[in-house]
Amino acid sequence: MAGRILGHGRAAPICGDGPPGLALHQFQRTPGRAKPPAPPRDRGAALRPWLPGRPALTTAAPLLHRFANPGRFLRATARLMPWLWGLSLAVLLPAAGWALLASPADWQQGETVRIMYVHVPMAWLAMSGYAGLAIASLLALVWKHPLADLAARELSPVGAVATALCLATGSLWGRPMWGTWWAWDARMTSVLVLFFLWVGHAAITRAFEDEERGARVGAILALVGVVNLPIVKFSVDWWNTLHQPASVARIEGPSMHISMLGPLLACAIGFSLLFGTLVLARVRAAVMERRVQALELARAREADRAPAPEAVPA
Amino acid sequence: MSGAVAAPKRGGMGLAASRRRRRLWVLLLCGLGLGAAAALALTAFRDNLVFFRSPSDIVAMPAPDGRAFRLGGLVEAGSVVRDGAEARFRVTDGAHTIAVSYRGVLPDLFREGQGVVALGKLGPDGHFTASEVLARHDESYMPPEVKDALERSGHWNPEQGAPPPASGWNTMQPRTGG
Repeated sequence: MAGRILGHGRAAPICGDGPPGLALHQFQRTPGRAKPPAPPRDRGAALRPWLPGRPALTTAAPLLHRFANPGRFLRATARLMPWLWGLSLAVLLPAAGWALLASPADWQQGETVRIMYVHVPMAWLAMSGYAGLAIASLLALVWKHPLADLAARELSPVGAVATALCLATGSLWGRPMWGTWWAWDARMTSVLVLFFLWVGHAAITRAFEDEERGARVGAILALVGVVNLPIVKFSVDWWNTLHQPASVARIEGPSMHISMLGPLLACAIGFSLLFGTLVLARVRAAVMERRVQALELARAREADRAPAPEAVPA
Repeated sequence: MSGAVAAPKRGGMGLAASRRRRRLWVLLLCGLGLGAAAALALTAFRDNLVFFRSPSDIVAMPAPDGRAFRLGGLVEAGSVVRDGAEARFRVTDGAHTIAVSYRGVLPDLFREGQGVVALGKLGPDGHFTASEVLARHDESYMPPEVKDALERSGHWNPEQGAPPPASGWNTMQPRTGG
């Protein structure tokens, strides 16, 4: 019950001050127990046999809650990780070669146009990653998905780096082409706000002694920040800016020659794979970190309970 | 939250589901309110959020005397005169044109037909004296061969402004050297 109160009714607290037996049970599940015989109807409960009294969360998102089990998540992703790293590099390296060596220069920007192959994927990742952060925050706030908090927490530093790279490459590109490192136009200012949202989320989720509370404040911040996404996207259409309007996502078709669009999309896929792999690796590390904490906590309690040999009078 | 503990096990599912639904509604309503507030704020500050004003904007609503602002538009074809360190050109948006003079280094992308944003003051004679000129790149990206092919075939003169619709050239395969 204590775990339930502290966990705010979550289905399976990743780390909580619940009874040590419950936490240990949860983190030490053997693979043999992963598939208990269960009727298909009561699937949610069957996936969480350590919480016999809990109602199944089958109404909202049964598929997502399959991976609410940290052990199942770690096992499922362990086999995936080498493939994801390999695939990221297998796409990114040829894409980089295509973009930097085998694609043409722009007729007026010259070779400087190659900054685009980093700048644009980073901008797309900054925004789509933020959309992912908002979805994770919604899952955490409404459905109390136990991995959603962790995913949001581990996503924001990576998103902040992508946004920083987008701003830095944009600045390096702006200086030779526009004649300035920075301008306070609507696009650049809204992307700077996006960067502050990423950094703010990363900081605020780690600012509380109680991780649970930090995650909740962070989730609310992330959802409030969603209002900035359409502003970033449409800033170049709603107001006149120094930044150019969209070149690729246009109703009339891309205003970019196919010989540049190809490597750009390849780079975007490569960077997206790398982004996702990095985030997944971070979430896995965070789950394992909490397992270690839970085990250490349990061991410390065990040691407290057992009478120390020195304390026994001879 | 004490309700969660006091609730009997049997009614747990309905309660949890209704709490989820309530949280979702609260978040949706908050989001709606926030979105509306943001939309109203952005509409209210519409005039301050633009980076530059076009010649037509300035003709319609002249800036107060002596106040610096940004003028944006295309450099009119055939209007650039370089006189030592000073450059004179006209900025147009098709409907109106303003003469600009600027003393300093122009960005690499500066040319006739290119978008520019000039920061400066409009004199009483309607002449704009710029203290900073930025080039504005449009959204089209093409290799030199495609640009040459468009120019040769008479589909585009870069000095006149933006290229023709992208669907006409974004998959074009020009014959090299032809």
